Amino acid sequence: MTTFILRRLLLLPLVAVGVSALIFLLLQFLTPAMRASLYIHDPKQLNALPDLIRKYHLDQPVYVQYWAWLIQVAHGDLGWSETAREPVAAAIRGYFPATLELAIYSFGWILVFGIWLGTQSAVHKDRFLDQVSRFTSISGASLPTFVWGLLLLMIFYGHFGWFPPGRLSLSGDLYVRGGAFHPYTGLMTIDALLNGNLGLFWDAAKHLVLPVATLTYYLTAVLVRITRSSMLETLRTDYVRTARAKGLGEHVVVDKHARRNALIPVITLGSLLFVGLLSGVVITETVFNYPGIGQWGVNASQQLDIPAVTGFALIFAGLLVISNLFADVMYAIVDPRIRLQ
Amino acid sequence: MSAVQSHAAAPAVAVRRKPVGETGWHRTLRRFRSSPLSVVGAVIVVFFMIVALLAPLLAHPTQRNPYMIPHSGYSSDPRPPSPEHPFGTTEEQFDLFYGVVWGARTAFLVALSVVATAVTVALLLGSVSGFYGGPADEAVMRITDIFLAFPGLILTVVIVAVLGQSVRNAVIAIAAVEWPTYTRLLRGEFLRVRDMEYVQAARALGSGDVRIIARHVIPNTIYPMLILASLNMGGIVITFAALSFLGLGAPPGYADWGQLISLSHNWIAGTAGDPFTYWYTLIVPGLAIFLFVLGWNLLGDAFRDIFDPRLQGSR
Repeated sequence: MTTFILRRLLLLPLVAVGVSALIFLLLQFLTPAMRASLYIHDPKQLNALPDLIRKYHLDQPVYVQYWAWLIQVAHGDLGWSETAREPVAAAIRGYFPATLELAIYSFGWILVFGIWLGTQSAVHKDRFLDQVSRFTSISGASLPTFVWGLLLLMIFYGHFGWFPPGRLSLSGDLYVRGGAFHPYTGLMTIDALLNGNLGLFWDAAKHLVLPVATLTYYLTAVLVRITRSSMLETLRTDYVRTARAKGLGEHVVVDKHARRNALIPVITLGSLLFVGLLSGVVITETVFNYPGIGQWGVNASQQLDIPAVTGFALIFAGLLVISNLFADVMYAIVDPRIRLQ
Repeated sequence: MSAVQSHAAAPAVAVRRKPVGETGWHRTLRRFRSSPLSVVGAVIVVFFMIVALLAPLLAHPTQRNPYMIPHSGYSSDPRPPSPEHPFGTTEEQFDLFYGVVWGARTAFLVALSVVATAVTVALLLGSVSGFYGGPADEAVMRITDIFLAFPGLILTVVIVAVLGQSVRNAVIAIAAVEWPTYTRLLRGEFLRVRDMEYVQAARALGSGDVRIIARHVIPNTIYPMLILASLNMGGIVITFAALSFLGLGAPPGYADWGQLISLSHNWIAGTAGDPFTYWYTLIVPGLAIFLFVLGWNLLGDAFRDIFDPRLQGSR
């Protein structure tokens, strides 16, 4: 068990080096002068271009450059983001909590709906509920996130006017920028409660409903599919038949014997869900004009803000590597058979 | 369903009970027809194929580059469907009908180019990796690991950001995300096939590696590739549309569904008193992409169930 986790942990830096090398190789498509200009955030610095090239070793062999770049990244110096008008590391710190808030709220619903619907669908195979959930999952997989998001916006913002895009209303935003507000966590709903401002809490919550619904629908579709097929497989096993034969109630069989085992592959595929969440966040934030890391990354890509794009890629790749590790470790904890290998 | 079960229940070697004179092709067709959803998927895909093929007849191109949507005037407000513009127009008066029809062509071209690129890379790397094994295998697998360590859309966005916005670069970026899956699948198939008796027989007859790979191994690994490709078509089109929607794929005015949807972004709120004034700017291209992807997803599922029962429900 410990060896397994240790071995996975040892793989982590290897993948991190590979990922950073890939990003670095992509940057090689740019000329040294262009790459030097990535560190410029003031016209006055233009005269110092040769110095910058020397400072960041941009005229040196590739491996020297890569090493120098890695050291920069390790020190948190990712360059200057023109779109955020601040250093990349600071921008990531600023945008990340918004995205995290979106992800946390979505993930809860996805797990609840996905596992419940997937289980019910398998237990009542080919019945009405199963047909509904299968239709939901196949249409969820076919409807692009941005079409679904815009549709929700058209109905619930355009028609009803309930849930506006953005993260806060104008007055809420002014209040947050004023001196009275103290950002404890960066998660707006939590901070509003910690500041004892219920109005701000409702404001933030109202802006979260549609983006969360968008992310939830798409990813629930994925999870229902996985849970359903895994559950169907488990319900056919001998130990489930044994459990039924010894007279256990149906819901004990389903909840205790079948579902617990059926969830094992779901955990490994949990990292797949996480990938979906990360990609979904990029589109959802753009659709709803939600100021998170995804929207910033897209803006940066449109405006060729390469340092921002690099930071954006590094942070998302890092998150994915960690989530893969987490899934592997969970897998080993949940399924004792893994330890034998 | 019953056909599949009785087939699975029969021992592999024994003579299967089947309708007299039924060939493999007939069996495939029978299983295919037994699932209504697969037929729906096939009908949708064939419909889009016809639209894509007949695009010049359905929507006559007026510009030198037929993929650029003609627009009458530059008025910023979208216009509702009319005899002149059956599906209405987007902002800046791009004709939605023209865009949807030629967008079908774009969707097929993009998806097929991505699949072709990914399969070519997979054939080169996967064959070296799976057939020879050893350090080459290790190297290729670690490289795929690194590519798979990225969330797909993020990597495409980053690649397009570095290469610049164009349809070609978007195809390159999506292929860069897709090839590891194909390579891993092909490598697995090569590993399975390379020690089969018929490959040993070919070697005993004096065939060289290239001949063995091309004549004996690849033809036996092609079905899983086709299944993967058909399951993948919808996803590729969604990714491309997402890139266009984010302003990183097709340029403005290009006949592409994602690009048309991005033109509707400013018009979802409608006017005071009538919130759904501009419904067509979102619903028309949105429906086109939904149906296209749905068709491929249904068809891909059907192919998977028919050709490879092992993969059933594994996605």
